[in-house]
Amino acid sequence: MALVEIRDVYKSFRRDTQAVDVYTGLTVDFEEGSFTALMGPSGSGKSTLLNLVAGLDKPTSGIVRVGGAEVSRMNTSQLATWRSRTIGFVFQSYNLLPVLTAQQNVELPLLLTNLNKRDRAERVAIALGVVGLSDRLEHYPRQLSGGQEQRVSIARAIVADPQLILLDEPTGQLDAKSSEEVLTLLQRLNDEFNKTIIVVTHDAKAAERAKTVLHLDKGVLVERQAMQGAHG
Amino acid sequence: MKFFPLVLSNLMRHKLRTTLTILSIALALFLFASLRTVVTQLEISSQLGAANRMIVQNATAFIFPLPQSYATRLATIPHVTGVTWANWFGGKYGDGRKFFGPLAVDPASYLEIYKNDFLVQSDQKEAFLRERTAVIVGQGLLKAFGWKIGDNVTLQGTIYPGDWTFTIRGTYSLKETAYGDEQFLFHYDYLYERVKDNVSPGWFILRIDDPARSGVVAKSIDDSFRNSPAPTKTGTEQAFSAGFMTMFGNIQLLMGTIGMAVVFAILLIAANAMLMNQRERSSEVAVLKTVGFTDRTIFSLVIVEAAFMALTGAALGLGLAIILPKATHFNAFGFLPGFHVTSGTVMVGAGIALLLSVLSGFTPAYQAARMPVVQALRRVE
Repeated sequence: MALVEIRDVYKSFRRDTQAVDVYTGLTVDFEEGSFTALMGPSGSGKSTLLNLVAGLDKPTSGIVRVGGAEVSRMNTSQLATWRSRTIGFVFQSYNLLPVLTAQQNVELPLLLTNLNKRDRAERVAIALGVVGLSDRLEHYPRQLSGGQEQRVSIARAIVADPQLILLDEPTGQLDAKSSEEVLTLLQRLNDEFNKTIIVVTHDAKAAERAKTVLHLDKGVLVERQAMQGAHG
Repeated sequence: MKFFPLVLSNLMRHKLRTTLTILSIALALFLFASLRTVVTQLEISSQLGAANRMIVQNATAFIFPLPQSYATRLATIPHVTGVTWANWFGGKYGDGRKFFGPLAVDPASYLEIYKNDFLVQSDQKEAFLRERTAVIVGQGLLKAFGWKIGDNVTLQGTIYPGDWTFTIRGTYSLKETAYGDEQFLFHYDYLYERVKDNVSPGWFILRIDDPARSGVVAKSIDDSFRNSPAPTKTGTEQAFSAGFMTMFGNIQLLMGTIGMAVVFAILLIAANAMLMNQRERSSEVAVLKTVGFTDRTIFSLVIVEAAFMALTGAALGLGLAIILPKATHFNAFGFLPGFHVTSGTVMVGAGIALLLSVLSGFTPAYQAARMPVVQALRRVE
């Protein structure tokens, strides 16, 4: 069953006086519990696809549906609420708030829920435990390595228990060892916790961990590749 | 409340900038409250005086004296039920840094006419009346110099040169603080005894039986002295106070204008600091939106941050404006006795602080709330 449905999506940007088409009728599905890597050259529309799925951007036309909800029709306020419950987003440059500790950063999505302080702390501890950073609760981002920062941002993405985790080049700024740790973690989230994962990457090793690899070029889906034996 | 750590962390991000912004707001509110207090105090002073008291002064100018003999004639004017007089002595105590205005008064009649305003214990009053070198001082002055009843105090005369030693025999307290609790009242006879014909009353104070007759009484007095060597100008005590205050010019307008200019300047500084904060954090705002923060929540967080700075600054500034004059016994060299920040001024100051927080926070809050996430993220990625 498709968790994410992209139907006949058109998206164009205006750059100065010129209109630049990113998609001209893109249609693609992402199954529930899938782990998909989106690959392609720069400017092929990978990150735009993530933004559309997360409701951070709107298609010029077409439908974006996640879990049955039509994201492309929601207003800003509905999107924010929906996003806090449904989506976990991980950025290439971690984007942790430097003035907050790891614990406080991870807690951010929970501030929007009705959970009390104790329950929030419990959930944060679990999320940081999943990413292996239980001993870094009080550390500020500047006191963490790049790999640890990215794991904190993954903990922030999963703490509200969303169905869908979107990652934009999560290993782009990490060394080989940290990349491995992050990828193993993603695989675990997909295998053990049945999270649906869509990851934009240029990294072939990252793509190898996915169950499916989609190749985009100039906004067109050029290849769908099922990865054999990637998991388990 | 659960967002408070986030607000606090953001405020602590640039500790120096936040501190300076808070201090600039504190300074603005301190100046505003102090300047407004000058205005309100002048207004209180200009309305000071009992309805049944009148002042007789030299028609040429307040600084010229009147003959002592007028006292007897004034007492015979219809509706006048009491006459006393006073003279500006102008001495200083110690190094003269602390200013106060000693007055030579006719003790018995002065305390009688002001018995409802200057409250003196009966035994102290008797001791004061008995002794020619005795003095009664306000409790504020007693405290300011650390004097005690029974102390001998020597003033250096400025208008009447020489050392003048007095014995403190009593203190007075006030019903109306604007009279000032730093007066120094001594026997006119003591002054006269030493300088003889070089002194005469500076002004007369009359008590009348019917305040509605003050106009008639004033005309009657001024008419009767019109052709004398020292013509008089008579008016109610309130008119005298108001006339005295007009000597400063339109100080209310000046102070009000300066106060508002200061507040406006600080508003710009606070708004600029808030805008800088927000501009630096556009990527973080985008992240917050990505995790699900609504535009409204983002807007509120920025406004709360601005309000926190404005209200903290206001609390510091207004607190200082309240405490400092009390601690230093400030009275503007005796011209603003009872100088204190009124609750009305505190309320206006708090209102300004609230307005400041809304005005300085609105633009950055609006910008943050309306910022497109993708655009902000693109700047980061």
